[in-house]
Formats: sequence, C-alpha cells, structure tokens
Amino acid sequence: MTDVKSLETEILAAIEGAADEAALEAVRVGALGKKGTISERMKTLGGMSAEERQVMGPALNGLKNAVTEALAARKEVLKRAAIAERLKTETVDVTLPVRQSPAEAGRIHPISQVVDEITAIFSDMGFTIAEGPDIETDYYNFTALNFPEGHPAREMHDTFFFNEKEDTSGEKSRMLLRTHTSPVQIRTMENQEPPIRIVIPGKTYRCDSDATHSPMFHQLEGLVVDKSANVANLKWVLEEFCKAFFEVDHLKMRFRPSFFPFTEPSLEVDIQCDRSGTEVKFGEGDDWMEILGCGMVHPNVLRSGGLDPDEYQGFAWGIGIDRIAMLKYGMPDLRAFFDADARWISHYGFRPLDIPTLFGGLST
Amino acid sequence: MKFTLSWLKDHLETQATLEEIVETLTMIGLEVESVDDRAQFNDFIIARVLTAERHPDADKLQVLSVDTGDGKPVQVVCGAPNARAGLVGAFAAPGTYVPGIDLTLAVGNIRGVESHGMMCSERELELSDDHQGIIDLPQDAPVGTRFADYAGLNDPILEIGLTPDRADCTGVHGIARDLAAAGLGTLKDGSVEPVKGEGACPVKVTIAEPDLCPGFALRMVKGVKNGPSPKWLQQRLLAIGLRPINALVDMTNYITFDRGRPLHVFDAAKVKGNLTVRRAKEGEKILALDGREYTLTEENCIIADDNGPESISGIMGGEHSGCDEETTDVLIESALWDPMNIARSGRDLGIITDARYRFERGVDPAFMGAGLELATHMVLDLCGGTPTEAEIVLGNPTHCEGEIVGEAGHHYKEVDFPFSETKRLTGLDVSRDESIAILKKLGFMPKGDDKGDTVRFIVPSWRPDVDGKADLVEEVMRIHGINEIAPAPLAALGSVSQKILTTGQTRSRNARRALAARGMLEAVTWSFISEDHARAFGGGKPELALANPISADMAHMRPSLLPGLLTAAQRNADHGVSDVALFEVSHLYEGDKPEEQHRVASGIRRGTAKLQGSGRHWSGKAEAVGVFDAKADALSILEACGMDASKVQIEAGGPDWFHPGRCGTIKLGPKIVLGTFGEFHPKVLEALDVSGPLCGFEIYVDAVPEPKAKPTRTKPRLDLSPFQAVRRDFAFVVDRAVEAAQVTRAAQAADKKLITGVRVFDIFEGASLGEGKKSLAIEVAIQPVERTLTDEDFEALAARIVENVGKQTGGVLRG
Repeated sequence: MTDVKSLETEILAAIEGAADEAALEAVRVGALGKKGTISERMKTLGGMSAEERQVMGPALNGLKNAVTEALAARKEVLKRAAIAERLKTETVDVTLPVRQSPAEAGRIHPISQVVDEITAIFSDMGFTIAEGPDIETDYYNFTALNFPEGHPAREMHDTFFFNEKEDTSGEKSRMLLRTHTSPVQIRTMENQEPPIRIVIPGKTYRCDSDATHSPMFHQLEGLVVDKSANVANLKWVLEEFCKAFFEVDHLKMRFRPSFFPFTEPSLEVDIQCDRSGTEVKFGEGDDWMEILGCGMVHPNVLRSGGLDPDEYQGFAWGIGIDRIAMLKYGMPDLRAFFDADARWISHYGFRPLDIPTLFGGLST
Repeated sequence: MKFTLSWLKDHLETQATLEEIVETLTMIGLEVESVDDRAQFNDFIIARVLTAERHPDADKLQVLSVDTGDGKPVQVVCGAPNARAGLVGAFAAPGTYVPGIDLTLAVGNIRGVESHGMMCSERELELSDDHQGIIDLPQDAPVGTRFADYAGLNDPILEIGLTPDRADCTGVHGIARDLAAAGLGTLKDGSVEPVKGEGACPVKVTIAEPDLCPGFALRMVKGVKNGPSPKWLQQRLLAIGLRPINALVDMTNYITFDRGRPLHVFDAAKVKGNLTVRRAKEGEKILALDGREYTLTEENCIIADDNGPESISGIMGGEHSGCDEETTDVLIESALWDPMNIARSGRDLGIITDARYRFERGVDPAFMGAGLELATHMVLDLCGGTPTEAEIVLGNPTHCEGEIVGEAGHHYKEVDFPFSETKRLTGLDVSRDESIAILKKLGFMPKGDDKGDTVRFIVPSWRPDVDGKADLVEEVMRIHGINEIAPAPLAALGSVSQKILTTGQTRSRNARRALAARGMLEAVTWSFISEDHARAFGGGKPELALANPISADMAHMRPSLLPGLLTAAQRNADHGVSDVALFEVSHLYEGDKPEEQHRVASGIRRGTAKLQGSGRHWSGKAEAVGVFDAKADALSILEACGMDASKVQIEAGGPDWFHPGRCGTIKLGPKIVLGTFGEFHPKVLEALDVSGPLCGFEIYVDAVPEPKAKPTRTKPRLDLSPFQAVRRDFAFVVDRAVEAAQVTRAAQAADKKLITGVRVFDIFEGASLGEGKKSLAIEVAIQPVERTLTDEDFEALAARIVENVGKQTGGVLRG
C-alpha cells in the first residue's frame, strides 16, 4: 500500500511539474500508457489473491482516477497559460488611427443641400419641381415675359448672348443664357393645365462679376396659377417658406411695391433681421434685408402661356438660392461657391447622409 | 433719383416728418436707398476773424484771433491768402471731422504756434473745388451760429432707387404727387403760366424723322446775361451731386430733376441756319458736352444745323453750340423722343445722362410745351432777356391708342377698371369710393359715368407704364397699403402629394449622395470654359460660343464637366491639397437646343484619393488612383440611378481625352452609351495645364432608361435552395489581349442555371506562361437547385466550363 501511495505522490508531483503539454503527455504515458507504471501495476492484479486484489484493486483504481483527474486539471491550466501566452504575443497598439469612413469624408455642396431643403418645404405645400434649359431663346427669356423690345428692363439684365445665326429661311436669331428662371414659367404653362404649383431651382447667368455678383448663380422660381391665387396667398406661401427655411418660429416680412415686367402688381420682400452681431439673425432685430421679388403674374405673361387672364390668375416669385444659402449658413463670399476649393467644400458642405426632411428637421 | 427735403416741400404741402416721408416713400414703391441728414456740417460755426498777425516763423502763415461767438477768442494758424481781420467765415473747432481733407482736427502746433481749429475753404467742406482761400461770408452772417443753417446745408438729401417703370417720379413733382396720394400732404399746383413772346422764333425746326421725334418746342430768349446761378440753385444741384456750370445750363438740370423734363440750351450765335431733326449719317462725328467725340451711325437721332450735328437727341448736347458766359441769345429746346431709340443710341454710344435716363423711360408729352414755358420763366428770372414766341413742331406720337388727343399729339390711354379686380388679385377689400379717390389723386380721371361697378379711367400722360386693369390694381394696392393684406393659406390639395420629382431629378439627388458617400466632394463649376478646354473635350461648336464672355476662360459652354473638375483639382493641388476627389452633377451642352442639354454626373480623383481614403497610412501603401477607381465610381452612380450594374457592358476604349489603353465605355446594349471612365491622356492634361495622377468618369444620367412601370410594388418571390452552395476554382492561360469579361462570360454560359457567379480572383503574367500569355484565375459559384450534385455532376460541369472558355477565348486550363 505504501508503494501505491508513494507512486501516487511521485506521479502527482510529476504532473504538477510538467511545464508544457508535451511534458504532461510524457507523464501520462509514463503512468497510464501501455507500459506505464500504473498500467503495469494493473496487469499484476490478475496474479493476486482475492484478498490482495480486494485491497489493491480499489487502491490502483483510485490511483488511476486521481492521476487522470490531475492530468486533466493540469492540462487545462497549461492550455490556459498557452492561450494567455499567445494572446500576449498578439497584442497590438490600438491607438493607431483607422481610416475615416468615406461616407463621413464626402460632402454635398451647400447649393445642392439648400435645393433639397427647398424641395422638402415646397413638396409639403403641394408644389412640384420643374426645370428648363440654360440656353434660351429671346422669346422665352424676355418677350413672352412681357419685356418689350428695347425696354430698359432688358438692359438691366446684363445678358450673355451667343453669336447670331441664320436659319434656313434666312431668319436671324441669337440664343442667350437665361438671366432668370422665369422662362420655365412659360414652358410650364404651355405644357400643363392649371392648377399649377411649381418651383424651379436652376442656374442663371448675367455678365456681371464683382464681390457680390457672379456671372453664374442659382435662382429659385415659384409659380402658382389657378382661378383664385392672390397676393394674400403669395404672402402666406413666402412667409411659410421663409419661416421653414430659416427654421424660426416667427419672422416679420415687409412687402413693398416694385417693378418687374412679368408681374403686376410687383412686390419686393424684406425680412426682419438683426445685423448687430457678427452673424445675421432672422426673426428678431429691427433691420430689414431685401430677399426676393414677386408679384401677380402679368396678364401678358398668362397670355404668352396660352391662358386667359380673366379666367386664370396666379403669382410668381424669384429668390437667389446662393444668397439664402449664404444668409442661413454664413458663407461670406459668393464667388467661393464656384471655386471648388476642397477646404471650402469640406467646411461649408454637408455630410452625405444628412438629407433634409421636414419630419427630421431641415438641418441638424 | 436724388432730391432734398426742402425741394420736395416746394411741391408738397406737408407737416410730415422726414422719417414719415422716408417710410411712406418705401411703402408706396419708391424705395429710399439712402438719407443723408447732412449732420457732417453740424459742427461748423460762423466765426469772425478779429485780428490777423504775421506768423513769427513763416512768411505765408498768419496767426488769427477768431471770435466763435462765445466771447472767448481762439488762436488759429491759417495759410489762406484772403485771411484778414474782419473776415467772417466757417470755423471748425478741434474734434471736428473735416470731410474735404478726411481728417478729424486736433489742437495743432504749427512752427511753434498753437492752432485751436481751422477756418475752412469750400473744398474742405466739399462744397466746391475752390481752394483759393477760406470761405468769405457777408458781414451780416450771424457769428456763433451753425454755418450749415446759414448756408442752407442742413437740407436732408434723399435718394430713391427708381424702378424702370416710374417715369413720372424722375421729377420731384411726381414724387410729391405720390406722397400726396398716400395721404402725406397736398400736392402744390404745378401748372405753368405761358410766357408772352415777342415775334416768331427766328430759328425754325424741321422734323425729318417723325417717328423718332414726336414733338419739338423751341424758343429764343434774346439779350440774356449768363453767369453763375444763384446760391439756392447751386446748392440744390450740389446736394444731388451735380456741378453748377452757369445759369442757363443749371436751369436745364434743375427742371430735369424738378419735373422730369430734360431740356437743352443752344447758344443761338453758334447755330447756323435752321434746326433739323434727322438720323445721323454713317460716320458723322460730334464733339459732345462731355468733351468726347462720338462717331454716329444711322441708328442715332441728332439735331443738326448748317454746320452739322449740334446735339445727340435726348442724350447729350454738342460742345460747339453749348452755352457759356458769353452767350447772349439762347435757344431753349423742349422735345420728345422715341424711348426705344434713345435707349439703343445711349447704349451703343455708351453715354449715360440724366436726359437719357428720362427719355428712355418716357417723358410726359403733355409737359413739352409747359416745360418750355417753365424754362423760359427761369431764364428770364436768372438772366433777363426778351423771349420770342415758341416754335412747336409735331412728329408722330409714341402711343396711338385712345380717342382723347393732347396738345403734343399724344393720345390718352383709357382703362376699364372693375373695382372687384383689386379683391380678385390681392384679396384686399378697398371700397369703390376709396379706389376712385386714390386713382384721382394719382391723376387717373374717370371718363363719363363713375357710378357703375366698372369705371373707365383716363390714364395721365405721365404714366406710360399703365396699360391695363392689373396696373390700376397695383396703384390702389400700393396707396391703400400692402401691409393691409392678411396672409391667406393656399387651399390644401386634399390628398397626400404624389411624387414631386422627375426621374432625372431623383437620379441627380441619388447620384450626389452616392458619390459623396464615396468620400468625394461636390463641386459646382462654371458652365462656361475656355475654347481650348472645350475643344479638348469634344466641344467648341460655334453655336456654343458666347458673343460677350466676361473672359476668354469663360467663353464656351462646356461639352463635359471634366475640364472644370480637372482644373479645379489642379488649383487645389497648387495650394497643397494634392489628393482630392471632386464630383459634380449638372449639365453639359451638346448644342444650343433644350434637348441638347444633358444631365451628367462626373467626377475625378487625383493623387491617392481612393475610396478608402487618401494619403499615406500605416495600414498600407498609398497607391495612386487609376482607371479602376473611376470605374467603381461610375458603376456606383448607375446603381444609385436604380440600374443593376451587372447588366451593363464594359467595352475597352473611350473618348480620346482618355488614356487609350486605360479607359472604358459603359454601354447598355449596342446603342446606349451610359458613360465613360478612365485615366487621362497626357496630351489633354498638358493642354489643360494640369498634372496627375488623375482619373475620372462621366455618366450620362438621362441615358439610363426610365424604370418600367409596374402594376404593384411587390418584389419577386425569393426561392432559397436547400442544397449547399459550392465554389470551384479554375486558372486559365489565355492570350494577353483576351479580356477578363470574355472569360467570365464564357464560364457563366457553361450553365446559366447552376452557375450563380463568376469572380476573377487572380491575374498573373510571367515567363513561365510563355510570350504574350497571362493566367486568369476564376472562382465559380455553383448553386444546386434540384438535388445535391454528385462528383460526376461536378466533373461534367467543370468540363463544360473548360470547354466553353477554350472555345470562346482559346484559354487552356493552367497545368
């Protein structure tokens, strides 16, 4: 018995001393393998007397179990140590920077963003978005809009012209770059029965270039034609638009009589603002800022669009998209809009997933 | 249009304050752009020089003792030659801002003598250019009071931004009429008593161009004494920015602004023979009053005598027959001119004058004669003399509708005004009586019965802008008050809005967001570029060249967005941002017709600006952008536009601004070109003066077919196979020229049902393969649908793949 005890002590010590799985395996083979010390003893059981066997059998089985357990326990310890050791070697410097997501690095130009904001607002009021060509005829840009030939108002438009050309019948004409988005009023009336509710965002051109004028700029035209639209409705639409666009609860607006050939009566609109600080604030203060022109569609313009001015009536307005973008988001210089300076776009541009909606707020 | 408050009050009896006047002007459509209350003159005081001693240290300076009215004389050093004891002038104390020298005075020390202020010259007060000496006032000027009050410099100056329709408000009288109508006072009578002339005007007028000159009134005043005009007149002209010249000329300028009635005066001694209104002969020259010589064309209307052109009609007089201090007999002209001809002539000749400004808007024809009478009165008052009778000749009137004919042959327009029209167009309730009252005050007179719901109004001769009832609505609305109109909601449409964007608009939006989500920055570049750049990208058509570009760099409508983006990339690189990815979604112009303007999404990448980021990074090498970056961008737009990118064909080659071996064309079927992509041709980069690495793409958004209309939004049923999907790899050796797409297509075609995808995972070229060969490794994805495939099935499929690739491309399985 002392023999079994001492063997157990010896094997358990060897197990405990095994430094790695290979050493442990050697101990296991040495004890429990075919020729292992315990296996050899087990073989001797057959040659023993019943009494001897009754004593030695359980003793050897107990030894075997104890060793097996110790082996398993030691194996687990060694495995964990090995994993710990491996993990230690796999350590990396997690402070190393990762690449920015392209969806965070990209930018939408303020003009596109503002057009999306405008679209969100006007879609809520039942408007659709119309478009027209940049290269226009004199008819659509001027004549159909009640600009008489030779009228000083035409001159005020600083029009870019293309070279004169002659068609097959000898008729001379010259195309021009539209000076406003208003030609689309006519193109729409020609193709659509009232009621008409459209807004027209687009590029416009005037040969004028200084700190506040750019030869290319963006305008938003609005047109409502039905059998009842009047100045009171016009005021409501523009007030609602300005409040929604500038994201203020209330906004005072001032409508002044003015002149545009294509509207009668014609109005200019100022909005209340506070220019005392470094940023212009809307909805407060006692200053006025001119922001847009509008009016009732001139009877001659309705006629140009094929509509009877005694049956149909409507209103129109035009507002500078670049300008309201500057007012809302604080860009100081219009010319930078068209510079494609990556630093400017990154700073003033909008994240690609910031899509303006009315339910989520136009800007965030 | 500028005027002063006192000038306005010559025409308007009013108790209104300046503030009320300014507010009302703006609210009735005469927007006040600026008000100069002339406070800058407040600190100048009338002072008397008590003594004047020679400066101890300077010959040309004097030391003055000046009485400023408070009993404590101050010492002033002065260099003016006319400074003397007893002189009464304008004094500025230390702390006063002196506009003419743009300086705020301080106590000075001039060569050892302290100077406590300054006696001012007219130039220092910006009253005139006179700097000969200090202001020398009459002895009775009240010492110690404000110089401005004494000199009439306290008269506030208003400037209104006049809209081009309001011809009537180019004169102070018209502005007063509007204010009176708005309830701010009473308009004073502006009628003019005719002058009794002696004898006929010795100079006769012939109108050879009656369409260009509806009327011409002329009178001679003999024996005038011309000279400087009186102080009040000079001050009013100075206040509105005009330089006084002499009484005769100042008179014409005064009436121009007072009544919107431009006039011209000829020195009769310099006029030879009679006057003829005619078209200029081609190349005829005139030296005008601005001292410049103009070469005229047949488009220009002139007034000529036997010497030739003496005046450019309605725009500017000639130097030769102008009036000066020697003039003794003067011819006063009050004429009418065709507004369109004046506008065109003025523009062609590049002359902007107060006369042109008024004639091109339309001068009141009924005031042609009265204007001559008013001018004659003024000449007689200022210069004396004896007037002849007026010579009045009529041409053809500008407006020809209306049955009432005025003295200048003009017809009065008539407009039927239903009073309900104001409510219909503005929502404003204005009573019949108020409407009539407003219109009458503005000069619109009811014709006949004014009792009905519709009244016919006679339009006053000074309102050429009024044509129809909508114009009268504007008159009633602006005078009644726009602010009285309460905003009213547009009627709701009664249903949730349908889609409000067209397919093209939606695609543009999606393309923008998709490209920005790929890390690109959206640019907006000019629609016009230089001719060279346009040509380099297939443009430069004559019909797309601007006739009047603002610079050669902006002369042609762009045939592509790429040149604008490429030059923008270079500008960025020039200030240190060399890795940049830019895109733009806008239009290009293939021609000048609407259908030749195409929606396009285009972008470029420069340097190392790849999808995953740009610049060096510890995680990997910073590789230069190339054709495959552009291809990936291009395909992403097609997907954003709702296309399945796997359905398009990629063909090698593209437009010649791309690298011929590194560009591709994206097509849908044999005809539809959806876009192109690639690296750029070095010669194009050189032409644009830009440097790479650069790649770019262009997608023709409008070329993507409209989605098919579907009866429901239901997606097709999803059938998931219960059998395990497997992958098999093959490597083929093919000729170098064989395109990967041919190999994958051939593999795919081996069994369209079982093979769900073919992916190229490796390309290898090496000597071991033989000259001109490459190895292309593909992974074929196989999805059994009916049963699990057996080894025999796979072998058969693999054999078909190998056979098909061999047949289509000559490729053999790599050993």
